[in-house]
Amino acid sequence: MNNLNDWETIIGLEIHAQIVSKSKLFSGASTDFGSEPNTQVSLVDAAMPGMLPVINKYCVEQVIKTGLGLNAQINKRSVFDRKNYFYPDLPQGYQISQFTQPIVGKGSIEIDLKDGSSKEIGITRLHLEQDAGKSVHDLEPNKSYIDLNRSGIALMEIVSEPDIRSAEEAQEYVKKLRSILRYIGTCDGNMEEGSLRCDVNISVRKKGEELGTRCEIKNVNSIKSIGQAIDYEFKRQIEIIKSGGRIDQETRLFDEKKGETRSMRSKEEAHDYRYFPDPDLPPLDINDDWTNEIKKNLPELPDVKKAKLINQHKISSYDASILVSDKNNAEFFDKIIDGNKKRNPKNIVNWIIGDLFSLLNKNNLKIKNSPVKAEDLGELIDLIEDSTISRKIAKNVFEEMFKTKKKARDIIEKKGLKQITNTDEIESIIEKILANNKDKVEQYKSGKEKLFGYFVGQVMQETKGTANPGIVNEILKKKLAN
Amino acid sequence: MTDLKNINLEKCLELLKGKKISSKELVSFYLKEAESNKKLNAYISLNSENAIKSAEESDKRIAKNQARPLEGVPLAIKDLFCTKDILTTAASKMLKNFKPTYESTVTKKLWDAGAILLGKTNLDEFAMGSSNETSFFGASINPWSKDNKQYVPGGSSGGSASAVSGNITIAAIGTDTGGSIRQPASYCGIVGLKPTYGRCSRWGIVSFASSLDQAGPMTKTVNDSALMLDVMAGHDKKDSTSADLEKTNFYKNLKNSKKLKIGIPKQYKNDQLSKEIVKFWELGIEFFKKNNCEIVEIDLPHTEYALATYYIISSAEASSNLARYDGIRYGLRKNSEDINDLYEQTRSDGFGDEVKRRIMIGTYVLSAGYYDAYYLKAQKVRSKIINDFNQAFEKVDVIFTPTAPSDAFEQGSKIDDPIQMYLNDVFTVPVSLAGLPAISVPIGLSSNNLPLGFQIIGKRFDEDSVLSAAKIIEESANFKKEKN
Repeated sequence: MNNLNDWETIIGLEIHAQIVSKSKLFSGASTDFGSEPNTQVSLVDAAMPGMLPVINKYCVEQVIKTGLGLNAQINKRSVFDRKNYFYPDLPQGYQISQFTQPIVGKGSIEIDLKDGSSKEIGITRLHLEQDAGKSVHDLEPNKSYIDLNRSGIALMEIVSEPDIRSAEEAQEYVKKLRSILRYIGTCDGNMEEGSLRCDVNISVRKKGEELGTRCEIKNVNSIKSIGQAIDYEFKRQIEIIKSGGRIDQETRLFDEKKGETRSMRSKEEAHDYRYFPDPDLPPLDINDDWTNEIKKNLPELPDVKKAKLINQHKISSYDASILVSDKNNAEFFDKIIDGNKKRNPKNIVNWIIGDLFSLLNKNNLKIKNSPVKAEDLGELIDLIEDSTISRKIAKNVFEEMFKTKKKARDIIEKKGLKQITNTDEIESIIEKILANNKDKVEQYKSGKEKLFGYFVGQVMQETKGTANPGIVNEILKKKLAN
Repeated sequence: MTDLKNINLEKCLELLKGKKISSKELVSFYLKEAESNKKLNAYISLNSENAIKSAEESDKRIAKNQARPLEGVPLAIKDLFCTKDILTTAASKMLKNFKPTYESTVTKKLWDAGAILLGKTNLDEFAMGSSNETSFFGASINPWSKDNKQYVPGGSSGGSASAVSGNITIAAIGTDTGGSIRQPASYCGIVGLKPTYGRCSRWGIVSFASSLDQAGPMTKTVNDSALMLDVMAGHDKKDSTSADLEKTNFYKNLKNSKKLKIGIPKQYKNDQLSKEIVKFWELGIEFFKKNNCEIVEIDLPHTEYALATYYIISSAEASSNLARYDGIRYGLRKNSEDINDLYEQTRSDGFGDEVKRRIMIGTYVLSAGYYDAYYLKAQKVRSKIINDFNQAFEKVDVIFTPTAPSDAFEQGSKIDDPIQMYLNDVFTVPVSLAGLPAISVPIGLSSNNLPLGFQIIGKRFDEDSVLSAAKIIEESANFKKEKN
């Protein structure tokens, strides 16, 4: 029978990204996250009678920026529509969104894959809309509570073309998109806080055949969940088809705990949203001057930064990708290299993505909040370069720096870790050790050459690891040859 | 002693500024008159206590020669304008206990100009109706009613029209979506002005149909309307559809009479029009001619589609605008364990029949599969109607038409026949769809001895010409305001 390799998945993603803005899309109320329930709510957000929406110009600018970051077309005229449905956390009884005329049209982003290849994923559109409030059902058994703090916050919905063919591609797409949004500062990309939410549209087909029926999976809210949901759905849909069944067009919910999707509502139960242009808001006109002004001030995008890193510092494409995946990584790297042009770029990358990332992960910290600052890591690297300490000692010093936030130099000083490079000093230590181990010296000379390591170890123990290993080797060889 | 009962706004200001009367006397008088004319049911609530206090404040200002443009003048406000800490019902059971924490922009402008809130006037529920009979608080009646016959004041701003006509306020404001200022003005023998869409802020007015709603004055004279509109108009950054224009001077500009070209749309003169209306129309044309105005026949070819277009668009917008009355945050709530049941119970009980009918029409025309045939088509026709007016206004300054196809009808005579009721709006809705300014001004009495008003339509933001033409009719007709 068929094996899974005969099948392919067709995936399109809809990303809801909360726009970085101090105030809401149509009300001017504050957007503070984590405030007491219903404290960030204006009369407009609560849909009091006679209240009217007024567009927040800054949010529009953020969307234009994002559109430019996605190499997309900025539409000169776009229209706000009302999406009508009843829900207790939707005060107006409609969501102001954009239906037929979004602000941003077609664009694309390029993703890097593990096998070293890259792929372009098309963006269908990006539109601006307001978020709903939050329903809280678990405070009391027979009551629900409504928190309108989120009601009216600006969201961008970014819709991809169905160009994605695997869980890996979907994950890379979201990572890349998130990185772009963070670079240009239009969304903080925090999936845990819900500022980036993902719906997955997915269908399967045997390679070369017609497109299958798709399902929409909602509530896929981490990179890991995206992978799990797609893998689960891929297998589920194939199994149904293989056993002669048919895929129903439906909306499914991803259960994070079980790693499964389950049916939420069928096509027949789908809402009729009765979209129509919002008569309270005139069409949004964006002239070229405005777009150009924003373009001029657009921060550097990750792809451009990556190319620069490769060209200027001759680091590998893989290393560069890791550095640009988070703007803060790249900034950290830049600070170190700019601090001293003689520093070796590859060395710096290794320190960042090796020792630093490992400790940050262990301590659940972000690079932004790293206890070791870029300047301090730079200094540590210099101390290795000028042989003040050995590479091995440096690792311990780094851990100490991470733990205590102290500078490398202070730690080295206090603990006496400075490398011994004085040949006479090392020679006298070696002589002492050889004199105390005459039996082992004999064994070595009669052919047990493995003992060389033992002598080195003794020297290091004696010097607490501070003896320069090159000098130790050199003198030891000479002495043992006699 | 001055006859306070029959004074208009201009006269009232003259008396107050000349310290011939105090605002307190005036307000007390009108509160008493309102109380003793309860049978008109013009007010949903009176602002008795606060009004007196405000009047005392105004008297102090007048004494110190710090009077503002409408200092000390009592006004009646349609109960669709949100007034801070004062009951605002939209004449609906849904909002029968609703007190806003905020003041609408238009009313705020009036209070900032020194005017005093006398009371909130009756209307058709959520401004949906042409007779005031859909009010949860019972219909207001026309002060021209006879002992044996009760006539409607028109709608939806029927309470405001009734209050001005019945001399239980100096002036009033209403809102007009498809004729809700002009038609009641015609039925009650007063002046009612619907300004250009965007002239006055809609912020704080309970929305019916956002692309059509507009606030305007309802007064005893054309001059009074100009005075009021100067205060009410102006850009509001809280309303994205309000126009950013320089300060108006309608009252001052009215002193210079204009030589106008008057358009008469041939489509409005149809066979169904009563002889009486035709007679008054010809009379009005004579008045213009005598005042050196040129009469031009014009073509508004899409007129016959206006009514259907209006009822599709206004109902579509209403169905969405009224979705917020869900029993969750404010207003009526019928509790239930199930959320959908809560919505159903609340909205079934809170809304009257006419409001439900519009919500159903609106929901239908926006539904998948019907949107293109109804809503989208209506929008296209709306553009054609706008274009008709644009072309006509290349030839004329204003257009002169009847306000309504008849004089006021008897209470109860049309309430069970929505189509007959909607036909009342046939001359007013094309103007609304085009967002143009229009006024209704009394021209005479019908054979039933009831007032008849005629409508003057102007170009966008050319209220000056509208008022100027209205003044010609007003002065020539010399309409007698005494009833029977």
